[in-house]
Amino acid sequence: MSLTREQIAQRAAQEIESGFYVNLGIGIPTLVANFIPKDKHVVLQSENGLLGIGPYPTEAEVDPELINAGKETITMTAGASVFSSAESFAMIRGGHINLSILGGMEVSVGGDLANWVVPGKMVKGPGGAMDLVHGAQRVVVIMEHCSKNGQPKIVDSCSLPLTGKGVVNRIITDMAVIDVAETGLVLKEIAHGYTVEDVQRVTGPKLSIDSQLKAVAVL
Amino acid sequence: MKVQSSIEEAIKDIQDGASIMVGGFGIVGIPEKLIDGLLRKGTKNLTIISNNCGIDDYALGTLLSTRQIRKMVASYVGENKEFERQFLSGELELEFVPQGTLAERIRAGGAGIPAFYTPAGVGTKLAEGKEVRTFNGKEYVLETALTADFAFVKAQAGDTAGNLVYNKTSCNFNPMMAAAGKMTVAEVEELLEVGKLDPNFIHTPGIYVQRVIACSGYEKRIERRTVRASGGN
Repeated sequence: MSLTREQIAQRAAQEIESGFYVNLGIGIPTLVANFIPKDKHVVLQSENGLLGIGPYPTEAEVDPELINAGKETITMTAGASVFSSAESFAMIRGGHINLSILGGMEVSVGGDLANWVVPGKMVKGPGGAMDLVHGAQRVVVIMEHCSKNGQPKIVDSCSLPLTGKGVVNRIITDMAVIDVAETGLVLKEIAHGYTVEDVQRVTGPKLSIDSQLKAVAVL
Repeated sequence: MKVQSSIEEAIKDIQDGASIMVGGFGIVGIPEKLIDGLLRKGTKNLTIISNNCGIDDYALGTLLSTRQIRKMVASYVGENKEFERQFLSGELELEFVPQGTLAERIRAGGAGIPAFYTPAGVGTKLAEGKEVRTFNGKEYVLETALTADFAFVKAQAGDTAGNLVYNKTSCNFNPMMAAAGKMTVAEVEELLEVGKLDPNFIHTPGIYVQRVIACSGYEKRIERRTVRASGGN
């Protein structure tokens, strides 16, 4: 069975270790915050200038001058700090963010990521993704394994314009967890109900199989 | 004297064709009143440097509907149908810049750094035609500084010397733009006498601000109102 959006987010949350500073992208990555265990101390960064994103506000707490990078109203945790966009991207570019989790349209065997533009459609812009993929210590992409018309999104070479070259460390999809290694793509985990062959059939490059291959652990 | 008596006075010398940096991320921390002033003044052929371009009927989006913007330098413009229409029909020029590169180009502009190398955008369309150089085995692209004829910034509080304090995530691009504008105009919700702001907590020193004006009646629209149930998580 394909993992749901929530299950993908749940699996992605397992990438986060206690003590991490983490930037979550827009869309499914934002959901990841809901699955971080309470006993882990994690600081979420928002590239519009905040360390310490808290839960969504109650109606009474809504502050029009407190938003995340997806422009949603949020709150701040105790110990939060606010700063300029230059400071924000200095900490991103400077390698101080432990982990960036972001969405993807295509990932190549070499870890190239395309996620900001589909030619012929309206161009919305790269936002902070091009900076994040180079600055964060580790980059995890979460996405559907296939496009809406069933084509692999994990490919030998991206057909869409790149966000970054050789930047992705791990891919988490509704079917599998795959690492980008020097030697190529390594299948680490499979969603319950799928076989290695099922995953390979909808993945462009040849996968090597991790000796510790296991099932994706989600509820 | 930096204190202006009206928005009209604060923007009186802006000519058609001017370049203007406009603070804000999404529609948070935007100089609402100065944008309204430009709309009333009708200044045309503007080059606007701002992370986003407002929404259809609010903020910078209003200047699109009156066709006052000729060129936009931004990182993300996905919230605006009129933007899409003008861009696709070729009426509007657009320069996309990765968000961190945009922030740093503006910072560099105000800090006397003509250009810098950054990894963001290497190997992508946004680095085409730009110098790429390898440092310590990694590739970086050369990006140039940005300055502008004017910078419009918005602060929570300011004093008559032009010192500014921002509120929460309304800080964003405002401090760097204040420094990078040749003529920086700050609109503030609370204008205090010199000495009333604690020097320890000033975000933008007054040297960067040439004009300051007290404004009220802020709309502060919310793009995505997301809430949780009271007491829940």
